Amino acid sequence: MPRLSESNLRIAHEIISRYPRAKSALIPLLHLSQEQDGYVADDAMKHLAELLDLTPAEVLGTCSFYEMFKREPVGDYRINICHGIACHLLGADDLIHHAEESLGVRQGTVTGDGISIEGVECIAACTEAPCLQVNYRYMNKVDNAGFDALVDGIRDGSVSVPKHGTLALTRQSISEDKAAGNSMVESNDPPAWWPEPAAAEGGN
Amino acid sequence: MTDTTDEIETDESAEIEEPAPPPGVPITVNGEVFYAAPGRNLIDACEDAGVYVPRFCYHPRMTPVGMCRMCLIEVDTGRGPALTPSCMLTVSDGMVVETETEAVKKAQDGVLELLLINHPLDCPVCDKGGECPLQDQTMSYGPGESRFVEEKRHFEKPIPISDTVYLDRERCILCDRCTRFAAEVAGDPLIHFMGRGNQTEVNTFPDDPFSSYFSGNTVQICPVGALTAKPYRFKARPWDLSEVASTYPNAMGDRITIQSSRNEVLRYLGVDSDAVNWGWLTDRDRFSFEATMSEQRLTAPLMRGDGLGNVDDGGDELVATTWAVALQRLVTALEDADNNAGPESVAVLGGAQLTNEGQYAWARFAKGVIGTDSIDAQMGDGLPADIVASMPRTTISQACAKGGTIVLLSGDPKEELGSLYLRLRHAVVHDGATLIELTPNETGLTKHAAHSVRVRPGEVASVAAALVTGTGGDELAAASAAITGADSVSVICGRTSLADNASLTVDAINTFASLDTVRFLPALRRSNVHGAIDLGLTPGMLPGRTSLDAARAAFTAAWGSVPAKAGRDTAGILADAAAGKIAVLFLLGADPLADFPDPELAKAALDGAGLVISIDPFVNESAAYGADIVMPAAAFGEVDGSHTNLEGRITPLRQKVTPPGTARPDWMIAAELAMRLGKDMGFASVADITNEIAAVSPMHANADAAAIDAASDGVLVSGGPAWTDQGAPTPAPAYDRYSFRLVVDRTMYDGGTQTTMCPSIAELSKPGAVRISSTEASKLGVRDGAIVRISSQRASVEGPVVIDDRVASGIAAVAHNHVGLDIRSLIDMNELVTDVRIETV
Repeated sequence: MPRLSESNLRIAHEIISRYPRAKSALIPLLHLSQEQDGYVADDAMKHLAELLDLTPAEVLGTCSFYEMFKREPVGDYRINICHGIACHLLGADDLIHHAEESLGVRQGTVTGDGISIEGVECIAACTEAPCLQVNYRYMNKVDNAGFDALVDGIRDGSVSVPKHGTLALTRQSISEDKAAGNSMVESNDPPAWWPEPAAAEGGN
Repeated sequence: MTDTTDEIETDESAEIEEPAPPPGVPITVNGEVFYAAPGRNLIDACEDAGVYVPRFCYHPRMTPVGMCRMCLIEVDTGRGPALTPSCMLTVSDGMVVETETEAVKKAQDGVLELLLINHPLDCPVCDKGGECPLQDQTMSYGPGESRFVEEKRHFEKPIPISDTVYLDRERCILCDRCTRFAAEVAGDPLIHFMGRGNQTEVNTFPDDPFSSYFSGNTVQICPVGALTAKPYRFKARPWDLSEVASTYPNAMGDRITIQSSRNEVLRYLGVDSDAVNWGWLTDRDRFSFEATMSEQRLTAPLMRGDGLGNVDDGGDELVATTWAVALQRLVTALEDADNNAGPESVAVLGGAQLTNEGQYAWARFAKGVIGTDSIDAQMGDGLPADIVASMPRTTISQACAKGGTIVLLSGDPKEELGSLYLRLRHAVVHDGATLIELTPNETGLTKHAAHSVRVRPGEVASVAAALVTGTGGDELAAASAAITGADSVSVICGRTSLADNASLTVDAINTFASLDTVRFLPALRRSNVHGAIDLGLTPGMLPGRTSLDAARAAFTAAWGSVPAKAGRDTAGILADAAAGKIAVLFLLGADPLADFPDPELAKAALDGAGLVISIDPFVNESAAYGADIVMPAAAFGEVDGSHTNLEGRITPLRQKVTPPGTARPDWMIAAELAMRLGKDMGFASVADITNEIAAVSPMHANADAAAIDAASDGVLVSGGPAWTDQGAPTPAPAYDRYSFRLVVDRTMYDGGTQTTMCPSIAELSKPGAVRISSTEASKLGVRDGAIVRISSQRASVEGPVVIDDRVASGIAAVAHNHVGLDIRSLIDMNELVTDVRIETV
């Protein structure tokens, strides 16, 4: 189901309606598409191009810029092991090596039961090094034994992490009074959050 | 004239001549003060000052991006000198610019060393070698050696990104020129940067090629050998090429250079002419030299003969003969025609492909030597010549001026006049022009149009009237206000459909002409058709956009005689020929069987005419069917002369190679025939004809051979009779909702010689089909590709359906001249519009 499903299409139209220009919704829609399928398929990119009046090449251009948009099917559980400088100093390389050995796959590939590992740049948890993420949920100070336990937990279902490619339960929402409004940048009207001239001069 | 007046005039002129303060603000470039307009791009201002700043990504026709960093120079705006990319900075008062300091040199050295890290040094086998900005600038500014010892990045090389363009990503320096061209200029962003950082590459979406009509331009602007064009790959080295500046013979008159080696044309390059094409060309035109160089070119005259190659009037075959034999046969026929039925029994069709000089020679030959006025360069698919000659004209640059108002009343410019489309698109997208589109279906500009009015064929005049008078109701109110409120309006006018009568377009033009603010740009497509109209290759007119009667005296003096009465147009000539009233019918590059809207009449005419002479670079369909003599004509690139574009701009057209075999320029054939008839026209060279045009036609007075050569943007001629009101519009027949109104439009890649004889382009021509909207298709219950029967009052044909939502509901659109579906038999040229029924088979 690489094109957006009917319910996701409704969400997509809602997202597009938030922006003055449809094109601006491209990245949110790429996220939506990845939530649906776990990766952004070629057909999904074509579908987004149709929705946003872009060419598929423009969608691919944006999609391929971002590491976290996957364009090939990935496992249900993506383990991102940080090899940033802090984690590196505290043994990330050993951890990655252990992970490859124990799962029997190389970085970037998937095991038969849907677990993939990947070395990633700093994930901003240096105090907890070496750290990793399972489907973007943090696991801190992981050693080899901890990694094995994690994999076992995933396999027997005791680690409760939603599968990759699961629709977000909560979506961004901006209350009416805080919304900047759906106006073109070119228009001469001041944005909604701009102070009233009277209020600005009130101090004098 | 009194002394006092003289004195005052002298005083005034003296005042005007006083040195005005130089325009702009002072900037210092390498120690010298120059004046430049504030806001002008610094890299351009430096070039104006005679200082060239090296660059890769900057292109004057596209937005600067500052990608390549090659144009780093030291600029001091009061806070001390700092290295700044000059393409990203605009001129401001008192700027101090240094382009040759040690810091600049070090920066250039460093940028080049970095660019060359991944650039393969395969210059000896690279097509760009010898004309490569990267190669040239490395020699001028580069380090000479690299400190990089690691592996360069590797890609599969080269990959086809379209049918004509190959991409070698290893050579690419990511300057963003091709991708910016695709997005900004052509509006077909089918190539894009993919990936990030060191992995960045230019590419298309998988299986979605860069199928833009303008893809060849990216090859020309690529500053390295990353993009190469299939027709030129490995054909030549730049230092083996010689070139000449010329004009491509399309109605826009795109400026080009023709490059050849060893008498073979190998490449056309666009020339940046500010007034015309800005350096851009369509792929069809860019690669059309393959048609000129085709092996199917005619090299010797042909006459009817038997299977053994012997000339024999009754023969079925076309056999090779000599010019002497062919010309003698023709001269005898012309003399017989003159003696028997009078000069009116001679007619000439075509001539739009000729140079101005060829056209003038043929106009004088037909009207002055033979004495017939039945000569028409348009094949019933354009606009009446007197309308085109008398409409108040605008120029492309005036029409595309900032904030202007443009009304599109023609076929899709993207399909018909590619470089005009690029100019219009730029005006609307980047220069804030307002486009009001009055077309039956969506065009390439619909996305950018401020007001898109879908006009059903036949109703264009009433819609135009509603817009001009503001009586169109709410629906048209905004468009109407945009037109009536504008200081000047440019109307691009042409035939939107061959299936409706030209009088409908004329009615709409007439309505717009009632506004003083309106000027026109006639969007006729056929190559030098504007030259043909201006030089009298049309019935009832003489050179200089003047009528037979108005200029009779002048031309009788110049030519000896002119026809007594006006002749007939193409439809009339063909009807006469079919009735056996034409003894000699010249087809001057014309192919009525393929091009005339009524092929049955064309066939009957070829059967009924006494002697049919086709003068063409190829044996076209009509010649193969019914010509008695075929004379090989020299094609573009093989003749000298000049060209008139849709503005009336005359630009030089130059010979680069010799014609194949014994093919001759058209003007020479007319001159030779006149001499053999004992009425020598006195033409010994092309310049003789150019100068005679300037002498006899008042509007061409400033366009003699020397003036055309000297003017960089050509000589703009204007004039012609004042516009006369054409009277009340003809009401269109009512539309019944059970039928489809037929639109026969044109596409870029049709079945014309230019496409079919060009191997790189030929395959891009799609098979013919009837296009209807998806709503209409579901009403009919047909799927894409289904075969349907299309019937009008006259006939019915079968063909496939293509679902195309750019077609308005209630309209069936068929592209003219495509293999597989010839719709012309359905059209009755005497009717205003054509309604058809579509049934499933």
